[in-house]
Amino acid sequence: MLSRTADHLFWMSRYIERAENLARLLDVTWQMSLVPQSEEAANQSWNAIIALNSLDEAFAKKHATVNGENVLKFMVSDPDNLSSIHSCLRLARENAHAVRGTLTTEMWETLNATWLEAKEKSFEQLLGAGIGDYFEWVKMRSSLSRGTTLGTLLQDEAYHFIRLGTLLERADNTARILDVKYHVLRPHDDEGATDFYEWGALLRSVSAFEVYRKVYRDVITPDRVAELLILNKDMPRSLHFCLNSVIKNLELVANRQSGETARQAGLLHAQLHYGRIEDILAHGLHEWLTDFMDRIYLLGDGISKDFLVPMAEAA
Amino acid sequence: MNFYNEMYDAKGGVRAHYKGYEDWLKATPPERIERKRAEADLAFHRVGITFAVYGEEAGKERLIPFDIIPRVIPSAEWKALQSGLRQRVKALNMFLWDVYHDQEILKAGVIPAEQVLNNAQYRPVMQGVDVPGQIYAHITGVDIVRAGEGEFYVLEDNLRVPSGVSYMLEDRKMMMRLFPELFAKHKVAPVQHYPDMLLEKLRAVAPKGVTDPTVVVLTPGAYNSAYFEHTFLAQQMGVELVEGRDLFVKDEVVYMRTTQGPQRVDVIYRRLDDDFMDPTVFREDSSLGIPGIIRAYQAGNVTLANAVGTGVADDKSIYPYVPDMIRFYLGEEPKLNNVPTYMCRKKDDLAYVLDHLPELVVKEVHGAGGYGMLVGPASTKEQIEHFRQLLIAKPDGYIAQPTLALSNCPTFVEEGIAPRHLDLRPFVLSSGECVNMVPGGLTRVALTKGSLVVNSSQGGGTKDTWVLED
Repeated sequence: MLSRTADHLFWMSRYIERAENLARLLDVTWQMSLVPQSEEAANQSWNAIIALNSLDEAFAKKHATVNGENVLKFMVSDPDNLSSIHSCLRLARENAHAVRGTLTTEMWETLNATWLEAKEKSFEQLLGAGIGDYFEWVKMRSSLSRGTTLGTLLQDEAYHFIRLGTLLERADNTARILDVKYHVLRPHDDEGATDFYEWGALLRSVSAFEVYRKVYRDVITPDRVAELLILNKDMPRSLHFCLNSVIKNLELVANRQSGETARQAGLLHAQLHYGRIEDILAHGLHEWLTDFMDRIYLLGDGISKDFLVPMAEAA
Repeated sequence: MNFYNEMYDAKGGVRAHYKGYEDWLKATPPERIERKRAEADLAFHRVGITFAVYGEEAGKERLIPFDIIPRVIPSAEWKALQSGLRQRVKALNMFLWDVYHDQEILKAGVIPAEQVLNNAQYRPVMQGVDVPGQIYAHITGVDIVRAGEGEFYVLEDNLRVPSGVSYMLEDRKMMMRLFPELFAKHKVAPVQHYPDMLLEKLRAVAPKGVTDPTVVVLTPGAYNSAYFEHTFLAQQMGVELVEGRDLFVKDEVVYMRTTQGPQRVDVIYRRLDDDFMDPTVFREDSSLGIPGIIRAYQAGNVTLANAVGTGVADDKSIYPYVPDMIRFYLGEEPKLNNVPTYMCRKKDDLAYVLDHLPELVVKEVHGAGGYGMLVGPASTKEQIEHFRQLLIAKPDGYIAQPTLALSNCPTFVEEGIAPRHLDLRPFVLSSGECVNMVPGGLTRVALTKGSLVVNSSQGGGTKDTWVLED
């Protein structure tokens, strides 16, 4: 497969996954903001989203104050913010457009129709119709895109690079959500009721609320939430699950120069496969997650150099 | 002017080959037609069958209007056209081989040598290069118009990178989806095997010794006006769609960069103009091409389709000589008519043209796509005066032709159904001795009342083209 084609596929899937995770994060923050709380606490959660994406400066240029409406506007439909859902859907479609011949008709039409519909929605319309509906819509469109991929695409290299993009992005996003929420929530863990809602909302944001109940059959505690999202190998949005799939797909596309990237992925995977939550927490969750995200970034970089934009013409 | 109507004869009676369709149209409730037309629009948008228009906002995509009234061609008429097209394309390929080898036709004085050798489209780098099968124009789009009963003219031969075949295929798909009942009633010759035929032709011209060639489609990129078609053809043929940056040349061999390392490329169906192909030979500022590819091509290690340098045969200043080429190479009389052409570089012709501008069509010798032309009868005084100045300043840049009474065909427009002018672009495929085409081609229709310019960039639309089998 052409390196450029693989590159577009990889980013196409990353952007649609990013849009979905962003919708999930914004949705949960918005829902939490409906639970009675101090204005300061509410704005802290909104601020965390900006900080999480390292967008403080760009946000400050557009909005004077951090509050729900401003953050939503900036992260949902601001075309100048390349991290907004609007931009992610556009970039997913642009990458798909560049390789539409490689996609099945259903995949292309899904991404194209998603973008055509998204660009018609103004932020005011979205708010008017209920922003929650919009987040549901984004999640559904992402599911549809994943479903058409799974249901129609030949499982050759194209599929493997799409999966690599999806899983790397998801691993990064889950780690981010956990990192930011864990620290916002952790200091208040003596407060009972609010906590239950907040942890519940965090689990819902990664579709893990029912999963948690099923796995633990017990009250929600922060450490178990961390364990579920990091180490559970069967939960589709956990880091362990993502790395399992990354390893498998990397193996399937391996070439002469990808050995080092595969080794790094294997090392990271081993930490999740054999790791214990007690050790991770003792090490410091924030430090551990920061290190994890750095290594995910390096993995993406390695994949890029090995397969997607080869620098040397080693003929 | 009286125009030939494809559906009705001069007395208003329905022509025999349109009888079935006309009956159906009369019997079908307008609401159903309206609904189907809206459905077609939606489907074309969703599938993304769009094109970019130069001069408009970058990246903006527009839909080519699709009309649901087909252009119907009776079998006998198509057979005559087909045989004329074979003859013409064969002669054009022989001409190209000749001018890049011994130049017999120039020595014989049939065409003035300076007309060929000083032409910007003549590529000295091709001199003496032996292309496989002696084929230069593997894909030719010949623009044909009808002026009357059995009276067809070739407007121009497109031998460089003719486009539009994807619309021909999508229009058929759309018609079959919207009105399957029509195809049950009519014996419409199928066209959907075009990509197969194309792939077979491309494989047939692989470099010597290559038995299982790697074929690719080369596109200038996603912002090109015909990008949809490039992706469409690559997908239909099951080959890679590449951009210049995906290819590189090492030791006169072309490779593409793949996830598994470099892979050799044997045949390139390129949709990129000569000028942009190789910055070391043609335009230095081209970032779309592949440095060194012309050397690889000259060495016979890769085949380009169409060949480099075909522009010298479809240039409007060479067009008037095509009938002579046919006589010279094939010893036959041309079966298809040329439009009488005034070459403004000739003093007498220029004088005539300047005297008769309001009734002529003036075209830039190197123009294409309906840009830079004057349709005398449809132009304002200012436009005519503007062209007069252009002609006087640079007479050899222009040719002029009488305004043909282009045939028209009933077409859905805002005020209902009304006749609109159309042309036909069959796509002719050549490899070695074989010249093939799928029945029909792309019918383009000028949607503006009275307009004779059918190009999509000038607001033209398309129709499905039916060649009826006996």
